[in-house]
Amino acid sequence: MEEQKLSFVGKSFERKDGLIKAEGRAMYAADREFARMLYAAAVRNPRPRIKILGISDEKAKKVPGYVTLVTYKDIKGQNAWPVLDLDYPFLPEKIARFAGETVALVVAETQRAAKKAASLVEIEYEELPNIQDPLEALKPDAPEIGGTTDMKNVYAHFTIQKGDVDKAFEEAAYKVEGTFKTNYQVHGYLETQGSIAIPETDGGMTIHSTTQCPYYVVDGVAAALGITYNKVKVIQTVTGGGFGGKEEVPALVAAHAAICAAKVGRPVKLIYSRKEDFQCMSKRHPGWAHIEYSADKEGHLTGCRVKYVLDAGAYSTITAIVLFRGTVHSTGPYKIPNIDVKTFGAATSKVPCGAFRGFGQPQINFAQESLIDELAAKIGMDPVEFRLKNLLNPGEMTATGQKLTSSCGLSELVEAVRKKSGWDKKVNLHEKKGHIAKGIGISTCYYGVGLGAKGRFLDRAGAMVNIYKDGSVGVSVGNAEMGQGALTVFAQIASETLNAPMELVKTEEVDSSKVPDSGPTVASRGTLMGGNAIIEAAKPLRERLFKVALDMLIDKGGTSGKMIAHDGVFEMDGITVSFTDVAKEGWNRRLKMCEEGWYVAPHVSFRLDNGQGDAYVVYSYSADIAEVSVDTQTGVTKVDKIWAAYDVGRIVNPMLATGQAQGGILQGMSWSLFENLQYKNGIMVNPNFTDYVCATTKDKPEYDITFIEKLYDEGPYQAKGMGEVPLIGVAPAVANAIKNACGVRIDSVPLLPEKVWRAIKQKNAAKEAK
Amino acid sequence: MKNEEIIHADEDGFFTIALNVNGELGHMIVSRNETLVEALRHYGWKGTKKGCDTGDCGSCTVLFNNKPVLGCMMPAVAAHGGNITTIEGLGTVRNPHPIQQAFVEAGAVQCGFCIPGMILSTKALLDKNPEPSEADIRKALDGNLCRCTGYVTQVQAVRIAAKKVKAMKKQQEKLAAKELAAEKRKAARKTAKKAAKKNK
Repeated sequence: MEEQKLSFVGKSFERKDGLIKAEGRAMYAADREFARMLYAAAVRNPRPRIKILGISDEKAKKVPGYVTLVTYKDIKGQNAWPVLDLDYPFLPEKIARFAGETVALVVAETQRAAKKAASLVEIEYEELPNIQDPLEALKPDAPEIGGTTDMKNVYAHFTIQKGDVDKAFEEAAYKVEGTFKTNYQVHGYLETQGSIAIPETDGGMTIHSTTQCPYYVVDGVAAALGITYNKVKVIQTVTGGGFGGKEEVPALVAAHAAICAAKVGRPVKLIYSRKEDFQCMSKRHPGWAHIEYSADKEGHLTGCRVKYVLDAGAYSTITAIVLFRGTVHSTGPYKIPNIDVKTFGAATSKVPCGAFRGFGQPQINFAQESLIDELAAKIGMDPVEFRLKNLLNPGEMTATGQKLTSSCGLSELVEAVRKKSGWDKKVNLHEKKGHIAKGIGISTCYYGVGLGAKGRFLDRAGAMVNIYKDGSVGVSVGNAEMGQGALTVFAQIASETLNAPMELVKTEEVDSSKVPDSGPTVASRGTLMGGNAIIEAAKPLRERLFKVALDMLIDKGGTSGKMIAHDGVFEMDGITVSFTDVAKEGWNRRLKMCEEGWYVAPHVSFRLDNGQGDAYVVYSYSADIAEVSVDTQTGVTKVDKIWAAYDVGRIVNPMLATGQAQGGILQGMSWSLFENLQYKNGIMVNPNFTDYVCATTKDKPEYDITFIEKLYDEGPYQAKGMGEVPLIGVAPAVANAIKNACGVRIDSVPLLPEKVWRAIKQKNAAKEAK
Repeated sequence: MKNEEIIHADEDGFFTIALNVNGELGHMIVSRNETLVEALRHYGWKGTKKGCDTGDCGSCTVLFNNKPVLGCMMPAVAAHGGNITTIEGLGTVRNPHPIQQAFVEAGAVQCGFCIPGMILSTKALLDKNPEPSEADIRKALDGNLCRCTGYVTQVQAVRIAAKKVKAMKKQQEKLAAKELAAEKRKAARKTAKKAAKKNK
């Protein structure tokens, strides 16, 4: 594309769907009604791991409005949900592996009747041995409860081997090691999961689903019903938040609705309650990591050993890809010549974990960034100085031996937050007012954009751009709006390429029958992949329209031949024509005004045997500095302010990008301080927002956000990916700030008051003993 | 309307309640354990969202006699005789309420699921306190969970909304004053005419 001044990209356009949502007119899944629609409700496994002996609807039948019971026997296709492996049945036949798993479904005339009847279905069962702790699952004498690899109870394992780690540790001037743990995180999207399945006359099924991955839903429904893909149509409803939670599991919910609808021949709606959503939908994996770093006497990192275990739960789902991302990023954004990383996704008898913003990185980033601070302290270096000495810069090699391109501004990000936060003055201040101690902490992270080597076969995307006779433009894409602003960003990219006014461009929510399988909208890939596909589609239209515009301007008396296209207007020698007029003329000339685009991510070379090669096409970066106040009497931590800087390439819409940044920071802060999902004897204890606490307006910190745009030439208008980096680095920045405030290292997330309080007490006791 | 009247269930256990939703006076047939949000949604007011069922997320916030209530915590029968405002009752499609405009302008809307509740909490706040401080705003929105934003845009939205509502009220007052003045002038002209007639 030729050099041009951007008219639409880089501007804070208001959201296309803003007012519709503010007026309460947006149609989420639960808001949609169809004639003769029935309702489904799930019958759930009451115990951690059971052998199913029988399912009876004797009592349920008596509920007025009861229609039918649906079990594995009603599945006409394959009873195995196609994710990566096939270990998760749509409905279990013999063994249910976690409390809350859908064992059967009830269909009834009303939602209330369905729920009532489902509660009356009786499951006869025998309890089976179960495992709650992922480290127990990896022991040789553990009972076998799952696993999809050659190792017992393991869904995935990866390794990165580089240099000679043993030698590095032998020769090191400084060594540190530590074990760190992080707990679950519940997505807490405000709209719970839900699907409506509508049987079509040709034996097909139309699905309305709240999802960020409509094509996964196609896979699931086609498999469950045993029908071909051209008979499954998935329409994405307005989606009330995703954060990864609507990546893989909506396919399961939709398949359940579809199995019911296929049986009764009527539309069936299945909407989850919040409790059900907690109990059986995906979560952020709890993480366990043991890390060791070594450094030479000047403070250069020389080696890193990592053992990293994710608690994957009862089925594999997409644990392998989550673990892959965690593995690749496990040593931190540093140049380290000698590396030994071993990672495992372990089976337990709990809720299956899956995608969540950050995708296996926040857990390990908390561990390694906490330990980096400990190493800096041991050497006697300032944490910022230590990082600047070791951070990856353009041209340098990552842990997997990937050479970074010029689109890497990590050191600049660190300098930016250092300056803005007043780090140099604050870090040695240790200000204390009464029993409130103030502290400051930093963290850095890098994030491979897109699906990377482990998901490369899915890393393509399509789009269709259609210019109507009146000059309005329809953009169909395969990547989903879930709140992040994709509809608006995609419209901006289409506007920019076509020189069409924003108000004339409409982006459609995904309909799987309109655009070919574009993979999931995850991994911060929406803008990159969908945007590039739109550009591919719009380019030939642009050529045609620009030629028409040129003709029209010459006809109107333009002589110089120098045309400038900007803000929806074409201009030559002071004469102008509008995009609308050009489009109409294009139609008069019977030009092709609709095109499809297809974008395939560049190849990544990565070898699974030694973990070396290019793991992702490009990286986004972040640096976070947190300032906290810790009440040393109660251990309560308050985050006062976060300074964050991001390099995510070109910012397409600053207002939306800032919204993503603030939201990511808050979600990260909420995970690091409050959110604490608990299991007791294999049963989830707090599946609700009363006892599972998320940050509210009152907890809001101050935000200071900086974007440093290191352009990525392969990206749409040189953008990279934005969605996830803001969350990842928050927890370690807060933990490091707590250490700075009151001298205690908390090695597990959430950083609860009782942990801080106990650590302070122990520290004081140790001091007194001396 | 007054809700002092005692209502009884019919023989099937259903109650017929009378209430005013967004200015439409009407009846709803509800069961004993039906919540207000279920009833409203059943009768087509789908802008009211259901997010948690436990009174924690605030997505189902509606105004009951101008006070914010949680639709999932209030039995529908308890709404008998009351005035309810849902998100559909603010502004019109062609002419959105200034609070709705403010939320869009400030970038406070992302997935949008919490927004109807947030906007109604804001409405209740601004009705009571037209110039709220940041602390007032945070307190008023504390019961509305949002998982997309960092809450800062919503605080800004309420600030913008306060200004817009004030401007709207001023405009309305101006208009009202203008009308009043016009009427007065008209009346004065009339009396002057009458006086002129009398004088003749």
